[in-house]
Amino acid sequence: MKGLIKITALVAILVSVTSCQDNARPNYQYFPNMYESVGYEAYIESDAFEGGVVAQIPVEGTIARGHSLFEIPNTLEGYEEAKANLKNPLDSTAVDFVRGKELYDIYCGICHGTKGNGKGKLVEREKILGIPSYDDAGRAITEGSIYHTIYYGKNAMGSYANQVNEEERWQITAYVLKLKADLEK
Amino acid sequence: MKESYQSLDDNSTFNMKQVIYRKLTSKILNLGLIVLLTFSTSLYAQDGDPAKGKSLFNTNCAACHKLDKKMTGPALRKVESRLADDHGLDREWLAAWIRNSAGLIKSGDAYANQIFNEYNGTAMTAFPTLSDQDINDLLAYTAQDKPAPVVPVAVPGGGGTQGEAGLPTKLVLGALALLFGLLALALILVRQTLNRFAEAKGVELTESQKNGSLWKSFVQNQFLVLVTAILLLLTSAYFAYGYFMQIGIDQGYQPVQPIQFSHRIHAGDNGIDCKYCHSSARVSKHSGIPSVNICMNCHKSISEVAPATATAEHSKEFYDGEIQKLYAAAGWDDAEQKYTGETKPIKWIKIHNLPDFVYFNHSQHVMVGGIQCQTCHGPIEEMEIVHQESPLTMGWCINCHRETNVKVEDNAYYTKIHEQLSKKYGVDKLTVAQQGGLECGKCHY
Ligand code: HEC
Ligand code: HEC
Ligand code: HEC
Ligand code: HEC
Ligand code: HEC
Ligand code: HEC
Ligand code: HEC
Repeated sequence: MKGLIKITALVAILVSVTSCQDNARPNYQYFPNMYESVGYEAYIESDAFEGGVVAQIPVEGTIARGHSLFEIPNTLEGYEEAKANLKNPLDSTAVDFVRGKELYDIYCGICHGTKGNGKGKLVEREKILGIPSYDDAGRAITEGSIYHTIYYGKNAMGSYANQVNEEERWQITAYVLKLKADLEK
Repeated sequence: MKESYQSLDDNSTFNMKQVIYRKLTSKILNLGLIVLLTFSTSLYAQDGDPAKGKSLFNTNCAACHKLDKKMTGPALRKVESRLADDHGLDREWLAAWIRNSAGLIKSGDAYANQIFNEYNGTAMTAFPTLSDQDINDLLAYTAQDKPAPVVPVAVPGGGGTQGEAGLPTKLVLGALALLFGLLALALILVRQTLNRFAEAKGVELTESQKNGSLWKSFVQNQFLVLVTAILLLLTSAYFAYGYFMQIGIDQGYQPVQPIQFSHRIHAGDNGIDCKYCHSSARVSKHSGIPSVNICMNCHKSISEVAPATATAEHSKEFYDGEIQKLYAAAGWDDAEQKYTGETKPIKWIKIHNLPDFVYFNHSQHVMVGGIQCQTCHGPIEEMEIVHQESPLTMGWCINCHRETNVKVEDNAYYTKIHEQLSKKYGVDKLTVAQQGGLECGKCHY
């Protein structure tokens, strides 16, 4: 009689303890005094900023350290100007095809294909269509136009300026030119 | 600037007038079409092969045009008949446009300039290499009728399964608990009434019958009592220790994210590289969560998932709804194909979170150490919803530092120190620990 009650009580306690384990909620913490940062951490919320996010884009008219100004505008004329006049500042010793390939395979290969023929994995799976091949005669891309395209994007292609920095963009540009030359062979 | 607005206005009034005429003419034309169609099945798509046209379209045009939806350029279904009806333009004009639209615009062609301005001066690529046959094929493809929408076979209750998936199991558990409770109650009641009967009938219940002789003999055997007490203490200590040790550890933590973003679909099925989205893992302490513009790199073109992407758990409608949430956050108007400017941040919930007094750097491990993401985060590319795979305790970090060798190949920075240290320890390969990976100051500020 008493044993029965005890057993039911024990079962009830066990059930209630285990049912508290809920993976959708973080666990309890023991004296978390030094767990939360006083300073801002990446992506944290704060009322100090518009929209409540700490991750802000640079104020207009300012440049972050280590970045430089790109003066050619994001227009059709700007694109034509870049295509005709913009040149790669890296000389042939600074161009590193190994790194170029690494970056290209991460950021571009998924659409353009690792060979640059416009047949990346997303194209093969018919998720995104109409990716041009780099040797497309109608486009006749140059290093300036490639850089402009990476920087601002073009029509359906987005900008990659925030994923790769200036030097990496030029490494990719050089590698794309190499792919183009390989395709034209 | 003023001028271009003016011309836009002009266009619109021009279009309106046309509508009235168009209705008439198009009716007549349609009649004529039907008559003609009875004689020749393909008036517009003369000797073009729609199948070839489709592959040409997908490789050359699909970046900017869809058949039934405005994208960078206008929708192209039945473009030839539309242009012929509305503007009296023939295939020659189309061929000229496709081969070199910029040239046509420069030549002052009225419609070419009109449509160019309508699309805010977006240039269409020139396709000088397309042959007449190619263009015939392309136009044959665009001339095809829209396929009748495939009505999805309604699975009874299929729409309601998501979100409630956990319900049945919970229900079953609850029902079981209730059943056991009732059983226990019934047992107690039966015993009570039996006892009462016995008392009423005057049956003497001996002590041993009441409590069971087993229990009595157990209590009398002091050795047994001692052993069980110790055992009980030990097990409860074990459980208590386990309970206290897991405080503050979030292994298995799997919060519900504002958008159900599936790594299985992105990184698994479609093979997108982790660093495409988590690009700062290459260069910084944080791996970072991609900003919306990175999502929009692909989702400008992908507004819905393919039917084959749907699983038993999540329907296509569910996934499409999740993409709409992304559009709401990015302020992207899919029908108009432009940004409205009304954005709102997506509040992703951080899963892996070290206390502030620990310093952990992704680029050191991923780029310098060459460790795969999966070593620490588990098979992310199979997870529909991300959970924390590793405990992220100090012991976990230290263990790996004791066991893992430093990757010294192709790293000039390490050659000298590696030589000196390997002489000191008398080994060829140094572990991270031997290189100082156990010093408190390396991980604690
Ligand atoms: C999400 C898929 C996608 C990814 C990833 C992508 N692109 Fe593109 N790219 C496109 C599309 C679509 C076009 C066609 C744009 C158009 O309409 O002209 C294009 C066009 C181009 C062109 C030709 C532009 C011109 O001048 O006509 C170049 C060059 C290019 N991409 C380079 C890159 C490089 C370099 C990367 C990696 C940093 C990259 N792309 C990543 C989709 C992509
Ligand atoms: C770089 C993006 C792009 C590509 C690639 C592209 N187009 Fe276009 N197309 C446009 C734009 C933008 C317009 C609207 C006019 C303008 O702004 O030049 C247009 C207009 C047209 C028109 C006129 C439609 C109308 O309603 O008046 C036709 C026809 C056309 N394109 C056919 C094609 C074909 C066929 C291909 C493939 C061989 C193609 N386009 C590839 C961007 C593109
Ligand atoms: C298409 C973009 C994309 C790709 C590719 C991608 N991720 Fe993610 N990842 C995200 C987004 C968005 C989140 C935040 C939402 C979430 O937690 O599900 C995230 C969250 C995570 C988290 C949890 C972060 C936290 O809050 O602690 C880990 C770990 C992670 N990703 C690892 C990976 C790994 C490993 C790969 C490669 C196999 C990968 N991701 C590929 C977009 C991506
Ligand atoms: C490199 C291209 C690419 C990028 C970048 C990308 N996606 Fe996707 N996304 C896809 C593809 C491909 C699909 C699957 C479409 C299909 O199956 O037809 C998809 C499907 C989805 C879906 C529906 C399935 C699901 O996971 O619930 C959502 C929601 C989604 N993406 C959100 C996002 C978000 C949020 C981001 C930014 C963190 C993002 N995507 C970035 C390519 C991308
Ligand atoms: C050596 C183990 C390890 C490896 C390898 C690793 N991570 Fe992490 N990751 C962690 C830890 C620990 C955290 C928690 C960091 C914190 O809270 O400061 C974390 C956090 C994250 C986060 C949350 C955002 C942040 O940076 O705090 C993402 C996203 C992530 N990792 C993705 C990745 C991707 C993608 C890779 C592969 C390129 C990767 N991780 C490789 C251990 C690792
Ligand atoms: C999967 C194995 C692994 C795990 C888990 C791991 N590390 Fe490391 N860690 C390494 C390797 C390998 C290196 C050496 C990288 C190099 O070549 O410099 C390293 C280096 C470091 C360094 C630099 C050490 C030095 O001597 O400069 C720090 C700091 C560090 N790890 C912190 C952490 C922290 C904090 C954690 C736990 C959250 C952790 N690590 C978990 C493998 C790991
Ligand atoms: C490889 C990195 C690493 C090294 C080296 C390291 N720790 Fe830690 N330590 C951690 C991590 C990660 C945590 C957080 C564990 C958690 O949150 O569960 C931690 C937590 C602690 C805590 C617990 C603080 C609390 O409030 O929970 C103490 C105390 C501590 N470390 C002391 C030390 C001392 C002393 C040393 C030197 C002998 C040292 N640690 C070396 C990674 C390291």
